[in-house]
Amino acid sequence: MRFDFIASYVSALTEPWWKIFYDFSILNRAVDEWLKGSFSPFWTTVIEMVVVGVVFLLFYAVVGLFLVYAERKVCAFIQNRLGPNRIGPYGIFQTIADLVKLLFKEIIPIKNADSLLFNIAPYIVIIVNFMALAAIPYAKGLHAIDFNIGIFYILAVSSMSVIGVLLAGWSSNSKYSLIGAMRSGAQIVSYELSIGLALITIVILSGTMQLSEIVEAQRTGWFIFKGHIPAVIAFVIYVISSTAEINRGPFDMAEAESELTAGYHTEYSGIKFAFFYLAEYINMFIVASIAATMFLGGWMPFHIGNWEGFNMIMDFIPPFVWYIGKTFFIIWIIMLFKWTFPRLRIDQLLTLEWKYLLPINLVNVLIMAFLVLKGWHF
Amino acid sequence: MEEKVEIIGTDEKQEFIINMGPQHPSTHGVLRLVVSLQGETVKNIQPHIGYIHRGIEKMCESITWPQIIHLTDRMDYLSAHQNNEAVCLLVEKALEVDIPDRIKYIRTIMSELSRLQSHQLFWATFGMDLGGQTCYFYGLRDREMILDIFEETTGGRMLVSYNCPGGLMYDLHPDFQKKVKDYIKYFREKLPEYDAILTGNVIFRERTVGIGTLTLADAISFGITGPSARASGFSCDIRKHEPYSAYDRVKFNEVLFTEGDTCHRYLARVEEMRESMDIIEQLIDNIPEGQYAVKMKPVIKLPEGEYFQRVETARGELGVFVISDGNKNPYRVKFRSPNFANLGVLNHISKGFKIADLIAISGSLDLIIPDIDR
Amino acid sequence: MDNKQLEEFVKSLDHDLEIREGKQFIEVTLPISKLYPIAKLLREKEESMFDFLFNLTGVDYGQDLGVVYHLRSTVQGHSIVLKTRTSDRENPQIDSISDIWESANLLEREVYDLLGIRFTNHPDLRRLFLDSSWGFPLRKNYADDINIVTR
Repeated sequence: MRFDFIASYVSALTEPWWKIFYDFSILNRAVDEWLKGSFSPFWTTVIEMVVVGVVFLLFYAVVGLFLVYAERKVCAFIQNRLGPNRIGPYGIFQTIADLVKLLFKEIIPIKNADSLLFNIAPYIVIIVNFMALAAIPYAKGLHAIDFNIGIFYILAVSSMSVIGVLLAGWSSNSKYSLIGAMRSGAQIVSYELSIGLALITIVILSGTMQLSEIVEAQRTGWFIFKGHIPAVIAFVIYVISSTAEINRGPFDMAEAESELTAGYHTEYSGIKFAFFYLAEYINMFIVASIAATMFLGGWMPFHIGNWEGFNMIMDFIPPFVWYIGKTFFIIWIIMLFKWTFPRLRIDQLLTLEWKYLLPINLVNVLIMAFLVLKGWHF
Repeated sequence: MEEKVEIIGTDEKQEFIINMGPQHPSTHGVLRLVVSLQGETVKNIQPHIGYIHRGIEKMCESITWPQIIHLTDRMDYLSAHQNNEAVCLLVEKALEVDIPDRIKYIRTIMSELSRLQSHQLFWATFGMDLGGQTCYFYGLRDREMILDIFEETTGGRMLVSYNCPGGLMYDLHPDFQKKVKDYIKYFREKLPEYDAILTGNVIFRERTVGIGTLTLADAISFGITGPSARASGFSCDIRKHEPYSAYDRVKFNEVLFTEGDTCHRYLARVEEMRESMDIIEQLIDNIPEGQYAVKMKPVIKLPEGEYFQRVETARGELGVFVISDGNKNPYRVKFRSPNFANLGVLNHISKGFKIADLIAISGSLDLIIPDIDR
Repeated sequence: MDNKQLEEFVKSLDHDLEIREGKQFIEVTLPISKLYPIAKLLREKEESMFDFLFNLTGVDYGQDLGVVYHLRSTVQGHSIVLKTRTSDRENPQIDSISDIWESANLLEREVYDLLGIRFTNHPDLRRLFLDSSWGFPLRKNYADDINIVTR
C-alpha cells in the first residue's frame, strides 16, 4: 500500500484542482485511474462501491438533519415565532439532540403484530429512497448511476415506497394504523399517475429519458421557459401531485393528528419511527430534486439562449450551488404549503386527482406533443 | 371505574367502532366520543362526559353568594366574565338594588372583550383542527393582548371573578380606556387578514360548506342557542330580546344566517367579532363617572322564591335558576349551560358525514366541556 | 300573551291545575299524570306554541322530589314554568317529555344521574356524569363521609 497517495492523486488530475467544482467527472476519472493503478480491477470496483455507499449514507443523514431543522425554522417564521434557537448557535444542533433522544427511546414490541413485516417496513422506505437518490445528477458528473432510462427508473423505484407504507399499517395490528395506511396507499397510487404524466410532458420536450442529457439539453434555457405554457402547467401539476405523493402539506390526512393519531406509523417508536420521519423528508428532497432537474435545469446555470456574456457570468457560480439553490427553493415552497392551508378530506383529495388533475394532465401532454411536432418551443 | 358501556343504536357486526378522546391532540377538552362508522361514514355518535364533573351545583348549596361567583368562572372558562355577570344580575334583581351606570358600562365592555377573546380562540382552534396550523398562533397572539388588558384591571387573565353582587371588585386601571381603544384599532386591521387565510380559502370552503346542516326547527327543538343557532336562523340573542346592563344603549346587529352549515356557524362568529368591536367603540369613550360598587349587606340573603336570569355568553344562553328559602346559602342552584344543549345535537347533525367532517362539525359547535359537566 | 292571559289559557286547558304568579313567570303545578298531556297541548296549541324548553331542573324538596320545566315560545314570546312532584323517594317515576322537545333527552339523563328520578319512555336513560357506584349526590340526604364535611 503506497502512502504517497496525495502525490499520486494530484498527478492523476489532468486539470487544475479548482476545476473539480465545475466538472466532477475530472475527479471521478482521476480517482478511478489512481485506484486502477494501485489495485486489481475487482478491488477497484469494490472500493468504489463502498466509497459511493458511504458518501450517500452521509449525504442522506446530513440532508435529513438539515431538512428537519429547516422545516422547524420555516414553520416558526410563518407562525410569527423563532423556532429552535437554544441548542447550538441558532439551534442548528436541535435535530441531533432529537435524534439522540429517539435513539434512547424504548422500542415497544406489539402483541400480535406480524414481527417480520413490522421490522422490515421502515427499511423498505429507506432502501427505496436510496435507490432514487442514486440516479439524480447533483452536478456535472456527480451522480451514482446514469441510466438511459433515468427518469423512468426513478418513477418506478419511488412507487415501491407504497409497499413500505402498507406493510407498516397492516403489521401494526391496530385499527388506526390500518385506516391510515389504506388512505395513504390510495393517495400515493393515485398521484403517481399525475406525476408520471407531468414528467412525460418534459420527456416529450427533451426527447430523452436520460437525466444527464436532459440537463445538458437545458444549456440554452431551462425547460420551464423553453416549453412555455404546457411546461408551466406541468410544473404546477407536478408540484401539487408530488406534495400529495409524499403525504405532506394539505394532503396529509393519513397522519392528521386530530383524527387518527399518527396514521400508519402510530405503533412505531424510537429509531424505527426516526426512519419513517427521515424518509418523509428525504422523499421531499427527491421530489424537489426531480422538479429542479426536469423543469428548472438541474445543475445548469441560468442561461438565456445564446447570450454569451450573460451565460459566462452565470457559469461563474459552481453547478452544485445552482442545484442546491433550486432544490431548496422548491422544498421551501412545499414547506409553505403545509403550514398555510387546511387539510383536504381524503375523498376530496382523490376527487382532485381523478376529476381535475388527470384530465388537465392528459390535455397538457397532447399540447406539448403538438408543440414539439410543430417546433413552437424556444 | 367504567361500567360496561352499551352503545345504543349500533349494529355491532357491520360497523366499526372508534373511540376519540378523552385526550385529544386538539383543544376540545375532556370529551369522549364513541363513534360507530360504516367505512368512513359516521352512523352514530355517543358522547361520554363527566370527566370534569366537579359538582358545582351541589357545592353552591353550602356556600355564600360571593363565593358562588368564583365557581361560575370555572364553568365556561372562556366566558368567565359573562358567567359572573349572570349571577350578579340575579342577586341584584332579587334584592332590587339599583346599579349605577358606570358599573353597567364597564360590565358591558368587559363582556364584549370576553366575547371577542372567546371567538378568537374559536378561530384559532377551528383552523388548527382543519389542518391550517398557523391559525392557532395568529389567533392566540391577538388573544394574549386582551388577556393582558384583563390582567391589569382584574388580576386574572382568564378566570377573572371581576363582578360581584353590587358592582365590581376593583375600579378600572387608568390605562384601560387607552389600551382598549388601541387594541380595537389594531384588531380591526387584523380581521381581514384572518378572513383571507381561512374564509376565502377554497380548501376551507370545501371542508365546511354544506357539512353538518342544522335546520331551524331542529335548533329550537334541541335548545341550541348562540352563534350555532343564529347561523340556522334562530333569533335568540338575549342582548336584543331582553337587554341587560348597557345593551339597550348601544346599536348593533344580530348576526343571522339561514343556511346552518359549518361554514355559516364559523362566519357567524367572525361577524360577531366585528359587532363586538362596534359595541366596545360606542361605549369606551363614554364611561360615566361614579362608584364602582354599591354597598351591600355583609351577608347576602335572597328573599324566598324562585329566580331566573339569563345572559348571552359567547356560546349561547346561560341561565341561572335559583330556588331560595331565605337563608344565606341558596336551596338549589341550576346553571342552564349552553354547551350542554349544543352537545345534544352533535349526533343528529353528524349522521351520514365522514370522520374528517365530524372534526369540523364539533369544532364549529365550539363546545367547552367544563360547561357541560359543571 | 302576558301572564294574566296565559293563566286563563292554561285554566281553559284544565280547570284543576294550581297556578301561581311567581316573581317572573307564572308557575303551573301539575300532578305527574297530567304532565305529559298538558305539556303536549302547550306545545301544539296555536295560542301558546311553547316550542323552546330552555331549562329542566331536578329539585329535592326535602320530602318530595320534583322537576321544574321552563318553557318559552319563540313565536309568541311568552314563558311559563311547569312543576311536578312525587313523594316516592324509593322509586320516583315521571313521564319523559323528550319526544316533544329533543333538548330534554340529555337534561333528563342529568336529573336521573344526580337525583335518581326515572323518566318513563325515555329512549336512553343512562347515567350521564357519574357511574353506578355513586348514589344520587344532589339529594339532600346524600351522605359521603370522605368527601363531604358536614358542620
